[in-house]
Amino acid sequence: MAVNVDLVGKQYPPQTFEVGREKIREFAAAVGDGNPVYVDVEAARALGHPDLVAPPTFAVVVTRGPQIAVIDDPELGLDFSRVVHGDQKFHFTRPIVAGDVLSTTSSVSSARSVAGNDIVTIRSDVADAVGSPVVSVFATLVARAVED
Amino acid sequence: MAATVKASTVEVGTELPGQSFVLRRVDLVKYAGASGDFNVIHWNERVATEVGLPNVIAHGMLTMAEAIRVVTDWCGDPAAIVDYGTKFTKPVPVPDDDAGALVEVSGKVIEVLDDARVKVELTTMCDGAKVLGMCRAVVQLA
Repeated sequence: MAVNVDLVGKQYPPQTFEVGREKIREFAAAVGDGNPVYVDVEAARALGHPDLVAPPTFAVVVTRGPQIAVIDDPELGLDFSRVVHGDQKFHFTRPIVAGDVLSTTSSVSSARSVAGNDIVTIRSDVADAVGSPVVSVFATLVARAVED
Repeated sequence: MAATVKASTVEVGTELPGQSFVLRRVDLVKYAGASGDFNVIHWNERVATEVGLPNVIAHGMLTMAEAIRVVTDWCGDPAAIVDYGTKFTKPVPVPDDDAGALVEVSGKVIEVLDDARVKVELTTMCDGAKVLGMCRAVVQLA
């Protein structure tokens, strides 16, 4: 089944994510990055940040749930068992910091079939508690063609 | 944003200090837990090889997280990253041994932009293959 290209532009309900210090510390430890602004509140404040700063790619933790809502949409027709991650982009307005209460709205940014491969780009716009933009995340997933 | 590197000291061709990282199976397990990405191809060799992969492979997002450290360690503040993007061109197979997979990252400035911003290109190699393509970051310098 080919991906449903008519779903381009479809928006999904926003999901909330509360950013805690320990989740930032856990993620930084998992990627082996001991940068003090990820673990030490005083070090983060010394650089002018209100609290711990999240590593740039931490945004995937925040956008994971909203993205899965798109992937699991039966109308989209994406075969997740054949999916590989093709491309990933982050556009930051400001860094994510501990204490943020974020709201993420995902949408189908593009969907097409090329030589039997289904290529879907999911856009996730992350905003803070007052609605100001924080980061936009674009994930391109490729469902590989079924081999004959 | 509090990058310590001044834009006036940087030009096209400026090289960033390279770094290398070792990814072992335990690192994939830790990343799966912290990120919530439990896709079996990142921890189950039987399933990974059944779907045609050479072995268990690292999460592309883990490799992407390692690569940007060349920029964040250089510029002095991870919050200075404005844009970051890549294509995942080749997988990073992670063998079931103590040596793991060696990932080597180098970076250089490819464009000087307005408002003290620069564009950096990262080259990420594993076992002779370039694993991230068009891997670029825009950084807000001082």
